[in-house]
Amino acid sequence: MTMRIFVPRDAAAVGVGADDVALAFAQAAAARGAAIEIVRTGSRGLCWLEPMVELSTAQGRVAFGPVTPGDVPSLLDAMAGNGQHALRLGVTDEIPWLKRQTRLTFARCGVIDPRSVDDYRAHGGYRGLERALTLTSDQILADVTASGLRGRGGAGFPTGIKWKTVAQASADRKYIVCNADEGDSGTFADRMIMEGDPFVVIEGMTIAGITVGATKGYIYIRSEYPHAVEAMNAAIVAARRAGLLGKRIGGSAHEFDLEVRVGAGAYVCGEETSLLESLEGRRGIVRAKPPLPAHKGLFGRPSVINNVLSFAAIPFILDNGAKAYADFGMGRSRGTMPIQLAGNIRYGGLFETAFGVTLGELVDEIGGGTFTGREVRAVQVGGPLGAYFPRALFDTPFDYEAFAARDGLIGHGGIVVFDDTVDMVKQARFAMEFCAIESCGKCTPCRIGSTRGVETINRIINGERVAENLAVIEDLCNTMKFGSLCALGGFTPYPVMSALKHFREDFGPAPARLQAAE
Amino acid sequence: MTVGYEPWDTARGAEIIAEHAGLEGATLVILHALQEAFGYVPEPAIPMVAEALNLSRAEVHGVFTFYHDFRKAPAGRHVLKLCRAEACQAAGGDALAARAEAKLGVSLGNTTADDRVTLEPIYCLGLCATAPSAMLDGRVIGRLDEARIDALVAEAQR
Repeated sequence: MTMRIFVPRDAAAVGVGADDVALAFAQAAAARGAAIEIVRTGSRGLCWLEPMVELSTAQGRVAFGPVTPGDVPSLLDAMAGNGQHALRLGVTDEIPWLKRQTRLTFARCGVIDPRSVDDYRAHGGYRGLERALTLTSDQILADVTASGLRGRGGAGFPTGIKWKTVAQASADRKYIVCNADEGDSGTFADRMIMEGDPFVVIEGMTIAGITVGATKGYIYIRSEYPHAVEAMNAAIVAARRAGLLGKRIGGSAHEFDLEVRVGAGAYVCGEETSLLESLEGRRGIVRAKPPLPAHKGLFGRPSVINNVLSFAAIPFILDNGAKAYADFGMGRSRGTMPIQLAGNIRYGGLFETAFGVTLGELVDEIGGGTFTGREVRAVQVGGPLGAYFPRALFDTPFDYEAFAARDGLIGHGGIVVFDDTVDMVKQARFAMEFCAIESCGKCTPCRIGSTRGVETINRIINGERVAENLAVIEDLCNTMKFGSLCALGGFTPYPVMSALKHFREDFGPAPARLQAAE
Repeated sequence: MTVGYEPWDTARGAEIIAEHAGLEGATLVILHALQEAFGYVPEPAIPMVAEALNLSRAEVHGVFTFYHDFRKAPAGRHVLKLCRAEACQAAGGDALAARAEAKLGVSLGNTTADDRVTLEPIYCLGLCATAPSAMLDGRVIGRLDEARIDALVAEAQR
C-alpha cells in the first residue's frame, strides 16, 4: 500500500531543511522499493517542530518532528512498521498546542496541497463563494457586517462598512486590492496562508469582487516573500483553469480576475495609500485622506483594500453564516485572530484563537516562555510600531480596545518575546532608526522627527543631560504621534514611549538620583 | 543566484520593457524584470522606461531610487541578507550579524573587495518563529547559530 507522507513547503519549514527531508524520503523510498507519495503542504504553524512531517493513517494524520534528513530511514521503518519513533508526536489534531486553537481562517493550512483546487474543494473550499453567488450584494454585505469582522491589517476598521462604501460608489471600474505587504517583524500569518492555503485568499477576494462590482483584483506581495509569490501565482493559474477566475465565475454572470504584483522592499508600502501609489507604478508616498480609497483608490477608482487575513476570513463567514463567526471573541473584537508567537520563544508559531485570550496566557502558557530559558522581560505586540509590554501588563486581553486602553495596539497580531538581556533604550533607538530608514518623506514629523529621535536617544545612551533629552523625546513623540500623516510616523512613538515608561531604568539614572549625586 | 546575469544590451533592455509596458502601473514590474535579467538596473534603461511609459526621466529615476530592492550597480557574486528586525534581534541576531561582518571584513550594506559577497540587512523575512534568519541568493535559512552563520559565510565566499 502506498504511504502518503506530508512534508511542508512553507518557507519557515524550508528554512530549517524541509526540502532536504522531502528529498531524503524520496531517495530512501526508492532505495528500498517502498511505495510512497509525498504531498507538499503548507505549515501547521508549530514552528519549533519544523520540519514536521505527517503520515496518513487509519487514525488520522500522525506527526513526527523536528525531522532531519538523517532521521528519514528510521522514520520510514517506523511508518511501515508499528509507527513508534522517538520523533513521534501523535495524531496531529490531538497535539495540545493545535487542539487548543480555534482554526477558522487557518483550518486548511498545513492540511491541503496548496497547488490543488480539488484538494481545497475537498476540504470545504469554495462553498462560501457558491453561497455568495446565490445572494444579492446587499445580503452579502449584511453577512460581512454582522460577522463583526474588522480589518486584520491592524487598523481594525469594520470590513462590512468599507465594502458597502465601495458597493454604493458608481464608477466605470472598481478594484479589489489585497495588502500582502506584511512588513511587521514578528508577523508571518499572511505569508503562511498564502503559501499554505492560497485559494482561501482568492475566494475571499472573489467574493469581495462580486459584492462591490469589481472585476479586477491585485495582490501586492512584498519581495521578501518569494515563496508566497510563487504559491499565489500557481493558485491563480489553477483557479482560472477551474473556471473560478476569469469570465463567468463558477458558471455565473460574474467576471473577476487577479494579478500578483511584487513590492520592492519599502516597508511604508504596507500603508494602504502608499501601497496604491506603488501599484500605480510610483514612489510609495503616502496620500492624504480624504479621499478614502473606497471613494478614490487605485487609479482613482473606488477600491476595496484589505489585508490578506481579512479576505481569508470571508469564505468561512459566507459558508457558515455571520453568527458562527461573531460567536467567537469579546467586546467589539469578534471572531478569531491568527496570533503569531515569535522572537525568543520556546513554542513559537501560528496560534489562531478567539479574541480575549490574555497576553500572559499567550507568552507563558502557550509560548512556553523564552527558548534561552531566561526570564521574559518585554514583549512587543503589533510589529515595529507596536508597544513594548512588561510582565505587569500580561493580564491584558487580546482585543483591539483593551490594547488601545494600555497605550498599545494588536496590529497584525505579532508578538515578539525578549528575555532579560534586552536593552530597552536600544530597542527605542531601533524604532526611531527604522522609521528614519523607511519614512516615505512626505510629512515632516516622520521624516525629520525620526532622525532627531535617533540623535537624541544616542545622547541619552552617552549619558548627556539625560533628563532634558528625555523631555525632548517625549515632546518629539507627541509631535510625531499627532502630526504624522500615516501610522509609520504616528505609531513609532508607541515602542519608544512604552520602552521609556515601563523600562525607565534602561535610560540612565533617574532625575532624583542624579540630583542626589550632584 | 547573482551569477549568470546577462550583460547590459540596449536591444534586450528594450525587449524587456516592451514586454510589460502595456500593464497598468508598469514601472515597478519593468524595473524588477530588468534587474532580474541584468542583476541591476543599468542607467541607460531609465530614459528608455520613461519613453515607453510616457513618463519623465525624473519620475522613473524617482521610483528607481525610492525602493531598497533596486540596484544601480551589480551586486557581488553572492548576496547574503541577514534579517535585522526585532524578532531576530530578540533571538540573538545582533551578535550573528557582527560575526558575519567580521568574517567577511565588510559592514552590512557593502560588498567584499573581491566582489564575491554582498552583505545586506533585510527587515523581516517572515521567519520570526524560527529566528534568527537569513537569505542566501534567494534561499531562506532559519534558526541561525554561530556554526550555521559560519557555514553560510563560507558558502558565499566560494
